[in-house]
Amino acid sequence: MTAEVHAPTLLRVMTHDSFAISADLVKQFETEHQAKIEFIKAGDAGAALNKALFTADNPLADVLFGVDNTFLTRALEHPLFEPYDSPALANIPPQFRLDSGNSALPVDYGDVCINYDKSYFQQVGLPIPTRFSDLTKAEYAGLLVVENPASSSPGMAFLLSTIAAYGPEGYLDFWQALRDNGVVVVNDWETAYYTNFSASSGRGPQAMVVSYGTSPAAEVIYASQPVTESPTASVVSENMCFRQVEFIGILRGTQERQLAEQFVDFMLSQPVQEDIPLQMFMFPVLSTASIPDVFVQNVQIPEQPASIDSELVERNREKWLQDWTEVMLK
Amino acid sequence: MAAGLDRGYAEVRSGKSRNWRWLLLCLPILYGLIFYVWPLFQVIRSSGFEIGQLAAATKTINRTVSFSLWQATLSTILTLALGLPAAYVLYCFRFPTRSTLRLLTAIPFILPTVVVAAAFNALVGSGGWLNQVWQALTGNEKPLLTLTGSLAGILLAHIFYNLTIVIRMAGPAWSSLNPRLEAAAQTLGASPWQVFHSVTLPLLRPVIVSAALLVFLFDFTSFGVILLVGGIRFSTLEVEIYRQTLSFYNLPLASLLALIQLACTLAFAALYQYFSSRPLPLVPASERKAARKPDGWQQLLRISLLILFLWIFFAGPLISLTASAFWSIGADRGERSLVNAGWTLAHFSGLVKNRNSDLFYVPPLTALMNSLKFAVLTAFASVGLGMLLVYGLPWRGKLRSVAVILLMLPLGTSAVTLGLGYILTFNKPPLAWGGGPWILPLAHTLVALPFVVRTLMPAVSSIPSFYRQSAAVLGAGSWRIFWTVDLPLIRRVLVSAFIFAFTISLGEFGATSLLYRPQYPTLPVAIFRYLSLPGAANYGQAMAMSVVMMLACAAGILIIEKSSGFLTGEGGE
Repeated sequence: MTAEVHAPTLLRVMTHDSFAISADLVKQFETEHQAKIEFIKAGDAGAALNKALFTADNPLADVLFGVDNTFLTRALEHPLFEPYDSPALANIPPQFRLDSGNSALPVDYGDVCINYDKSYFQQVGLPIPTRFSDLTKAEYAGLLVVENPASSSPGMAFLLSTIAAYGPEGYLDFWQALRDNGVVVVNDWETAYYTNFSASSGRGPQAMVVSYGTSPAAEVIYASQPVTESPTASVVSENMCFRQVEFIGILRGTQERQLAEQFVDFMLSQPVQEDIPLQMFMFPVLSTASIPDVFVQNVQIPEQPASIDSELVERNREKWLQDWTEVMLK
Repeated sequence: MAAGLDRGYAEVRSGKSRNWRWLLLCLPILYGLIFYVWPLFQVIRSSGFEIGQLAAATKTINRTVSFSLWQATLSTILTLALGLPAAYVLYCFRFPTRSTLRLLTAIPFILPTVVVAAAFNALVGSGGWLNQVWQALTGNEKPLLTLTGSLAGILLAHIFYNLTIVIRMAGPAWSSLNPRLEAAAQTLGASPWQVFHSVTLPLLRPVIVSAALLVFLFDFTSFGVILLVGGIRFSTLEVEIYRQTLSFYNLPLASLLALIQLACTLAFAALYQYFSSRPLPLVPASERKAARKPDGWQQLLRISLLILFLWIFFAGPLISLTASAFWSIGADRGERSLVNAGWTLAHFSGLVKNRNSDLFYVPPLTALMNSLKFAVLTAFASVGLGMLLVYGLPWRGKLRSVAVILLMLPLGTSAVTLGLGYILTFNKPPLAWGGGPWILPLAHTLVALPFVVRTLMPAVSSIPSFYRQSAAVLGAGSWRIFWTVDLPLIRRVLVSAFIFAFTISLGEFGATSLLYRPQYPTLPVAIFRYLSLPGAANYGQAMAMSVVMMLACAAGILIIEKSSGFLTGEGGE
């Protein structure tokens, strides 16, 4: 028996359900820091944040990953996180560093865009819409399925992109027009994509779906039989995609501050950042991280994604959702 | 005379038995306090809830309460209307494929809503084969059926899910009815309808009422079906609690709604308790009427039609689900050509591969073993606690009625609220057990217990006392009386109770998703993991995992039914 051996320190990391990472990287971290990481998956981004807030007095975890820019204000106001000036921030472009106090550190980003069924548009000879108002035209009637923003985070992102485009005063008129043009609303992404979308296995009736900018790459990677080209693509015209940035933060009151810092650095390190695209279908924020070919070939990155102030979202989230619900469900 | 003996026996019992009754009740009470009352109290206390909010939220409350009631009432009536004839046919008649059909009706109960929705979609969705055939035949562009987003879709899904409750509760009781009672009525010149109306129905009433209450509560607190099938225009209390908690973080309102849902549950349970109190005369297996063959061609026709309908209703979606697990839609999906499409085993072989060495990859065998482990533990825990309750509670009186009403509460408790309560309670001293795997079966037991008790109680309380008295007179001790008199009589319902608990645990996702730790993935968790990413392979693998789950459920039920025969020395049915 050697005196050197001690039990690994436990680090509890709370994440949303979509979090994924290569097992080797985690094992490497655990060996290097004599740590054991326990991941706690706590629902979607909003649910995970709410659980963390609800248990803030007696935290369930040391680190929380997955708060996005639409929920940032809620997390910072509480305040839920302890600030940490990670050295890794030096290589992260300022456009992602939305919290100047460094309580919430950006990890990855991705766009919520309309995906379309390439061959449907080809066969019918329909042009790809280039602005939101196109979607209210007769030739696109009944072709779009969106998620309920109250129950789905891509749905919320899409609602926010329309608010960014039309303003808090005008977006409801746009939605009224969309409704008149037969837009289909379902509760979650799974239903929208797998039941309603015509290019997925469900072969549904809608040729356009609100999904992620990286979904076309996933269609190639997870094809049933090897394919070279995705059957879907994203509409990336100006202001039609909403950019989500996901953050990590050290939860206030942690007993493992040092190990938590090391874990944050680890998430921002080159190997983990390069692991992100294939695991989570998001893009790394680290400017030096390289991106796999399948993403370069199949993912259209919007040059000008829609953006909206996080605080404005926090102040108006409930009102927007309620007004939207009134218009869409009346 | 029997009544006099009954009373005498009851007096003897009450004298010396009060103490052991409390002893039996200790464990269930402790369990209820720790795993139900305390977490719920914690969550409501820390939500900052005030009764004064009631006024501000009247509109939401009125809307959700009335919709919850409306759809649950409709669903329950329809489920009973189909379930009672189905129970009768499946348990009182002998016909080919009977046991397979019985098994089949139990499977939807465990399937995650997402999977059932996908199954229906593949069959009757706008791109499903039914509509394709319809459009090809008629040249009509408009689909024949659009079930999603409609009340009809919700009702259909509720029937599909909950029919097994009525079948499993009413069926065994129906086949255990004393045949002499019906025969006597017939001899006295009653028509078949009169026999049913004035003999069978009153005898079955407690069971039917119990089943109706459980179905009603399941529908009243319906969540997944409303979200997935109903679309956004429909909201039950449970859905609203979820939205207020996890979307709006409006915990005070969520707590208020959760309390309203609890109050409603309490009211229904009390109401039903009032209507169901007469015992059911069961008879030992030897006197029981054997399952019979249909009598005359009219009955044969009616029964055949019902069996055919049940086969189509249950097998249709399940077969289409299975088919999509074995079907590769090929690369060139856009062209809808079948050139690249074909049958494949790739989705199943894909299950055992960890693409990208993901840390959270779930090996199917691990998920299967975890699910089965939790399900068996839940079944033992809830049948154990249920038996303690059934035998520990007094045979009649106020205490029993109150206990039976209170036992229904977990079914009307919001899974989101209780899940938060568990997080609050089991993560700090003195109950800091949160990360353990055993918390899942204990949470599942809470949902299973009302079923188990509702299944066992009518049976146990209807065992005629003179059976036990005769045994006692012949010198049998309490344990021996239980083993030789009670157990053979309640064997069928005991099996039903065990299967209920087993299947509830297997399919439970509400509490599982809230208490879930990636170290202990279950089958529903694995299915959701695949469905949360785009790609045909992911869809296929989710369906393949669902097939594994259906098989596990069917195998579990078969094994329970077979082994129960050995337990009591009675052959299988």
